[in-house]
Amino acid sequence: MKQFFTFVKKEFYHVFRDKKTLLMLFGLPISMIILFGFALTNEIKNAKIVIVDYSKDVVTQQIISKIEASKYFDVERSLYSHEQLEAAFKEGKIKMAIVFPEKFNENLLHLNKAQVQVIADATDINTATTLSNYVSAIIGDYQIQLLKNKNVPMRIVPELRMLYNPQLKGEYTFIPGMMAMIMMLVCVMMTSISIVKEKELGTMEILLVSPFKPFMVILSKFVPYLIISLINVTSILLLSWLFLDLPVKGSILLFYAESLLFILTSLSLGLLISVNSESQQTAMFISLMATMLPTMLLSGFMFPIENMPLPLQTVSNLVPSKWFYIIVRSIMIKGSGFSAVWKETLILAGITFFLLIVSLKKFKIRLA
Amino acid sequence: MQTPVIKTEKLTKRFGDFIAAKELSFEVYPGEIFGFLGANGAGKTTAMRMLCGLSKPSSGTATIAGFDVYRSPNEIKKNIGYMSQKFSLHEDLTVMENIRFYGGIYGLSNEQLKTKSAELVELLGLQNETKKLVSELPLGWKQKLAFSVAVIHQPKIVFLDEPTGGVDPVTRRQFWDLIYDASDKGIAVFVTTHYMDEAEYCNRVSIMVDGNIEALDTPVNLKKQFSVNSMEEVFYQLARGAKRKAD
Repeated sequence: MKQFFTFVKKEFYHVFRDKKTLLMLFGLPISMIILFGFALTNEIKNAKIVIVDYSKDVVTQQIISKIEASKYFDVERSLYSHEQLEAAFKEGKIKMAIVFPEKFNENLLHLNKAQVQVIADATDINTATTLSNYVSAIIGDYQIQLLKNKNVPMRIVPELRMLYNPQLKGEYTFIPGMMAMIMMLVCVMMTSISIVKEKELGTMEILLVSPFKPFMVILSKFVPYLIISLINVTSILLLSWLFLDLPVKGSILLFYAESLLFILTSLSLGLLISVNSESQQTAMFISLMATMLPTMLLSGFMFPIENMPLPLQTVSNLVPSKWFYIIVRSIMIKGSGFSAVWKETLILAGITFFLLIVSLKKFKIRLA
Repeated sequence: MQTPVIKTEKLTKRFGDFIAAKELSFEVYPGEIFGFLGANGAGKTTAMRMLCGLSKPSSGTATIAGFDVYRSPNEIKKNIGYMSQKFSLHEDLTVMENIRFYGGIYGLSNEQLKTKSAELVELLGLQNETKKLVSELPLGWKQKLAFSVAVIHQPKIVFLDEPTGGVDPVTRRQFWDLIYDASDKGIAVFVTTHYMDEAEYCNRVSIMVDGNIEALDTPVNLKKQFSVNSMEEVFYQLARGAKRKAD
């Protein structure tokens, strides 16, 4: 056991000696979250919008001139039909449309309530959210002005419609996806490189000639990256909670347990790559190919798997990130418990077990 | 006569049809410096790997430090040291960290580690370099340090695989002083080399050709047997007949 600690200590020396890599290991998740986080709240200027005013009364004129005065919008007034609006959206000519129905002022005066329709192109979630928030704020301002002059409470209700992506699942998808990607990158690449490095430098031979068991060599290689990954998970969770207002809805314990499993999957994949490559460059290249591409393309994080052709859907089942992504999404966003993700967990555990067995076997064969 | 620390009989390793090492039989005694010569591809590394417990023999027997290679490879590992041509230290660790790491995985206690590392640092004259990274040391010092680390747990045998590749003659001479020191302490030294002057320093030399040991004796006797003046010529006469191409 003491030998094991000696070994783990040495692995930590390796990690801490290499300042650049260390910075990457801890900086990567933080910079990604901040980058994406700010991208989500970025302000937009001069977005092209169309205002369709069927009412043409005092109130709508006042609201429209307020909107026109704002620096956020580049307003075109016209009487587009519904079809024309649709076409303009599809061609990407406009980002948003505001439609005032007929008798807007009349409704406001007699019913104390008038509706205005705000339609946004939600294929670009960030822009859509920001723009509709601006419009709501401007209308809200105008309401307060109205209320000052009259005693009767009057309400203008903006009716928001997000085209093409009603749930606006933006940060929802990127946090779990990012998590899978960062863990894969750190664990797979770092483990495979650190094992191959020992092979390349000839120190692996010395370790194998020593009474230290080969299995223990691998185990102690795992420890530092496992700890680093757990720290990364924590920092991602904290950042997304504090800055993006996205707390984990489900059990934190379950979340960590699942993360631990996925870290183990990644470490085993790293080991498998290291037994099959002879140089650090090869290990790095294979790691990148085996982690980045499938995680981005086939995990469902960027492109919905349901829309893929059947062969690709089948292949996506072999990608561990896909399962982890589903699990994290369920726990974090839906607040599901273990009963909802046990199937995915089982599959992930199966993949891990398979990777571990195959790579340990290969590692042993190399010895014989 | 002492009991040998290495004793092999008809030790053979096959890879499919290819016989990498064929019926090797020899003995090495405590404190002996045993030169293991052969052209590239002659089977030296294969033989050495079997003796270190890294590779299982196909047939034959071998006892290392009194333990059977088939039955107790782990006991063997505790009693041998190993240094390869790549000098085998961790470059991004300091001198002291390397010493403590290798001492540590051989199960030395903290006290042993303390005395041993102090001793070693003094012997090599590295007092001012203990906190330096190994990568900052000159190659000669790295190799001396690697050797000292390989015998830190006082093994019965130390295996050296072309330990002096790429260093200048002065450093090589100093390296051999360390080997003599180890031999004086009763450690058997099993060394492969391509330098024939180093072969002259050995107590006994074996020369492998195409997987067989073609000659095994003291350098003096070998030269007499082949009626030549240097080990270089002995080696040349034997290796010339090799059929296998170096890889």
